Order: sequence, then structure tokens, then C-alpha cells
Amino acid sequence: MGALTYHLEAIVPELLDNVDRSNFRATFTRMKRNPERASIDTMDAVEQRLRALILAGLDGDQAAYHAFLTELTGRLRAFVRRRLYQLQDEVEDIVQETLLAVHNARHTYRAEEPLTAWVHAIARYKLMDFLRSRSRQGVTEPLDDLADVLSYSDEVPANDARLDINGLLQQLPDKQRLPIQHVKLEGLSVAETARLTGLSESAVKVGIHRGLKALAAKARLLTS
Amino acid sequence: MKTDDLVSLLATGIRPVDRHVMRRAFVRAIAAGGAGALVLLALLYGVRPDIRQMLVTPLFWLKVALPFSLAVASWLVLRRLVVPGADVGTRWAMPLAPALIVWIAALAVLANAPEGDQLRLILGLTWKSCPFNIALLSLPLCVTVVWAVRQMAPTHLRAAGAMAGLLAGAVATVVYCLHCPEMEVPFWAIWYLAGMLIPTLAGWLLGPRLLRW
Repeated sequence: MGALTYHLEAIVPELLDNVDRSNFRATFTRMKRNPERASIDTMDAVEQRLRALILAGLDGDQAAYHAFLTELTGRLRAFVRRRLYQLQDEVEDIVQETLLAVHNARHTYRAEEPLTAWVHAIARYKLMDFLRSRSRQGVTEPLDDLADVLSYSDEVPANDARLDINGLLQQLPDKQRLPIQHVKLEGLSVAETARLTGLSESAVKVGIHRGLKALAAKARLLTS
Repeated sequence: MKTDDLVSLLATGIRPVDRHVMRRAFVRAIAAGGAGALVLLALLYGVRPDIRQMLVTPLFWLKVALPFSLAVASWLVLRRLVVPGADVGTRWAMPLAPALIVWIAALAVLANAPEGDQLRLILGLTWKSCPFNIALLSLPLCVTVVWAVRQMAPTHLRAAGAMAGLLAGAVATVVYCLHCPEMEVPFWAIWYLAGMLIPTLAGWLLGPRLLRW
């Protein structure tokens, strides 16, 4: 029964996406016959869907990218949570740090590479970085288990992040802080932000880019 | 900040990502660092006086081929190392191939050399300074290549550092060929490789500190 719950959990996003129900039923029937196989199929579906979303995001599709990060958040949370038994308070911090890392590294994603491997390498890197600076007591599973970085999803955080990204944002110099505030938090356009701040449009873009990298570096120093 | 809010922040106002941004960063790094190495070469060592004749000498181009092929090989490995989860696989063997070939060639030359001539073939006139000259010329390249790698996402920092160092050292050695008077294969096989190994080793040692993100 435990195995069945797990498989259903992996399939649920498919339902939300309104895929062909007959297809789902076929998957479900096959799953009852051969759970292992079904699990691989549905993980492949998650990979395919997230991959399509990030690729659209890389082309500038904001809604797709938001959907990508939202689903990724749940899966990262589950991944990190199952690896930090004794450090549950830190889970949300690592999730946020990894999201920042994924965002700042998004230009390194190659369409021809599997997304699972890419996400796993970043999540693993961030987790290792964190654990290296702690005692390793929290590690309960080997981190090399690539297959399950996207397997499970926890939609609800156990507790709020202790990491204060807003506070870190305030520490950035104006030429980074203002572009992030206007464009990323208030949703203004680059042109409007340029007018408002007196920066050039390219300075606004550079400010956002460098600011988010600086934010990630500050977050890393705080959690490690 | 709640995680949902962070997701919104990250997704808001995104722009299309340039798919060639990594290649361009490497090209810029090599161009800027290479220019720096050329300036250092001109200031410190000077171009060898017979360079015009060298440009039509096959052996000269064979000499350039060693660091050039190492530069290409290390770049091919490095461009995988800066992508999370990308498999390097058998590409690790690529930087070894030019080294292996030059060693075999060097052994062949030494075996056929007249008795007592071997030491001259190995040491040349500049063996004491050659590796350090190369390491010095690689400094601007080390800076620019590390700058490029820092814009990407290496997850194996020592390996990425070492390959960045090898790339810097190999390009620096191509530049150094404009000055270096040595024309014996055994010399290149030892001292050129030693020169390139200095930044490689430095990258391996400093990678975790320089490339962390």
C-alpha cells in the first residue's frame, strides 16, 4: 500500500495538467501490473513536463517559468527534507538557496541534457556545501541517488525559512537593490525602472543579474 | 521571505536567455587573457628574431600544435564541467592524448639521437626558465578563465579549477612559442608540459575557494 501511495503521488500532477484520462487509466492499469515500470513512466512525465516549462522559461515565458519553479520547489523540498532528518529547520533555507542557484545557473541548462541530472547536480552541490560546513549528522541517505530528485513533492513547508531574503536584499548596493525591487518585486518593466532610477536599461539588467548572484552568495554565507 | 514569494520574485520580469552566453564568455576570456599574455611576452621576453622564418617552418607549427591541442582538449572538458550534471565520461582522456603523443615522439627522437646528445635534446638552453615563463604568461589567462567559469555552474570545483588552469596554461604556451627558441621534441615533452602543469595544479588547489557559488 505504501508503494501505491507513492506512485499515485507521482501521478497526481498529471491529473492537474488535464492530460488524457484514458492515457492515465492505461498508466494506472499498467502500474497495477508492474509498479516499477509505471514509476519510471511517470517520472519521465515529470521530467518531460518540467523540461518543457524551463525551456519555455529560457525563451522568456514568465508563466511557464513560474510554473517550473513552483513545481520544482515542492520536489526540492521533498528531496532535501528526506536528507536532513535532524536539521528539519534548515530545509526551507536550503530550498530557497537551491532555487536561487537554479535561477542563477539557468543559462547553463542545455535542451539536449536531461533536466533531472541538471537539477540533481545543483541540489546535491548545494546540500553538500551546506553539510560540509555542518557536522554530517544529518545525512541519512547517500546523495548520489540521482533518480529521486524529482520523484516526490512536498507542497507545504514545515516552517518558514529562517533565511531572510528581504533583509539580504536591503544589504545590496542601490544599483542592484533598486532594479530587483522595481522589476522583480513590483513588476515594473526594465524601461520604467531605468526612468525611475536614472540607470540605463542595460545597467538595470546587469544590476538584477549581479544582485541575484550577490544575494545567493550572501545566503550561502548565512546558511553555512 | 516565503518560498512562494521568492519563486515569484525569481520568475517576474525574466528575459530570454542567450543560448550562446557560455561560449561567448569563453571566447572573451581567451581573447582578453591571450592579449594580456602577448603584452607580457612583448614586455618581458620579446618575440624570437627569426619568427618570419619560423612561420614557414613545419617543426615550428608542430611545436605550436602541442599546446594548441591541449587548449582545445581542456576546453572541451571544461565546457562540460561548468554544466551541472553533464557527464564528462571519456573526455577526460582528451588532454592526455597530446601529452602521450609528444612523449612517444620524444622517446623516438631520443632513441635515434647520437650517444651523448640526449641531455642536450632534453635540457636545451632554457629548461630552467621555461616552465616559470609559461606559468607567468598564464596569469592573465588564469584570471579571465576563472572569471568565465565563475559565470557558469561548476559542481566539481577541483576538476573545474584544474581544467581552467590547464586551458590558461595551454593558451599561454601557444603565446610563449613566439619567443621560445627551443626546437627539440624532448624539450617540449618535458618543460612545456611542466609549465602547463603549474597553473593546472594551482587550479586544482584553489578551485574550491575560487569557484564556489
